[in-house]
Amino acid sequence: MKNLLEHTGIEPGRLHFSWISSAESTKFVDVVTKITDEVKTLDPANKKYVKTEPKVD
Amino acid sequence: MTDYTDKIKEIAKRVLAEGKVDMVIGFRAGTVPMMNQPHYAASAEAVEEMIWDSNCGLNLANYLTDKKGKIGIIAKGCDSRNIVTHVIENKIKRDQLYIIGVPCTGMIDHHKINAMFDKEILKVEESGDQITISGSGFSETVSKQDLLAENCAVCTHRNPVEYDELAGELVDEQADVDQYASVSKVEAMTADEKWDYFDDLLSTCIRCYACRNACPLCYCPTCFVDESRPQWVGKSQDPTDVRTFHLLRAYHCAGRCTDCGACERVCPMGIKIREFTKKLNKDCKELYGWEAGLSLDQRPPLDTFKADDPEEFIK
Repeated sequence: MKNLLEHTGIEPGRLHFSWISSAESTKFVDVVTKITDEVKTLDPANKKYVKTEPKVD
Repeated sequence: MTDYTDKIKEIAKRVLAEGKVDMVIGFRAGTVPMMNQPHYAASAEAVEEMIWDSNCGLNLANYLTDKKGKIGIIAKGCDSRNIVTHVIENKIKRDQLYIIGVPCTGMIDHHKINAMFDKEILKVEESGDQITISGSGFSETVSKQDLLAENCAVCTHRNPVEYDELAGELVDEQADVDQYASVSKVEAMTADEKWDYFDDLLSTCIRCYACRNACPLCYCPTCFVDESRPQWVGKSQDPTDVRTFHLLRAYHCAGRCTDCGACERVCPMGIKIREFTKKLNKDCKELYGWEAGLSLDQRPPLDTFKADDPEEFIK
């Protein structure tokens, strides 16, 4: 899954996968904090694949 | 490959007469050149309409899904691999089928041929490995090798993998072809270039879903794109929606695609849809050593678990 999305141009570092059990609340917090910190360091100009207002030509 | 026609007719008539099958699925000539149609023949008269040439690129396994009764089917290499996939996925039983194998030397690409001429093509004739294309005021003969569909040019499974009877001698498999050349080219790009490449690739998509309809893997009773409760993906021409459709369609084919090229063949806009599935095929081969549809006895990698499955992507 990760391979194809990055193959089609999603910036590496924006896509994260993790396995967290419903009992692992602390792991969940750790992972989410780590992901948000990492994503914040990326250039917002590369934010793609977000649906915006329709383009008017 | 046109000389297979007589043999195919003979076998089809015989199995119908012997009662081995209720119908034979093959091809008949279409109403315009290079557009052969799938044909269900249940009688000797209907068998007479059957043909075989280099325009039989559609995948006949698509017409087997959940069929009842005994069916004869003409299968090139890729069709036979999709028949195997159908059997593995319980969409048809092997003992319902009488597979007439056709060793294939590749199908020609009608997009490529149409792009070669400004005028309307009225006739495409085949003789050995030469294709003669003609219309009002022009006629040109080209080597078939130069007109092969892209997936056929890099095909390494031309002979059927599963069959009850062959309609011709087995052909030599192609060696020395780089199946994944186009994927490697994209892999070498930066993330931005990749994004733009796929944006450009999909820019002409009209969301007609012909690729889905022609694909033998797409047999869900209701496709995710047609559902409205919940609506999984937007139905507009917005580039985000178009890309979502193509990505999800590709993921549904992961570990199942045989690169038969039916999706590209039927695309009215000539989009290179295989760029998505090819990447998944390459990953499947590299990660699991798997190519779809080669054996009835092996479960596909995505429905089995092994302790040593690659898992670098997950943290």
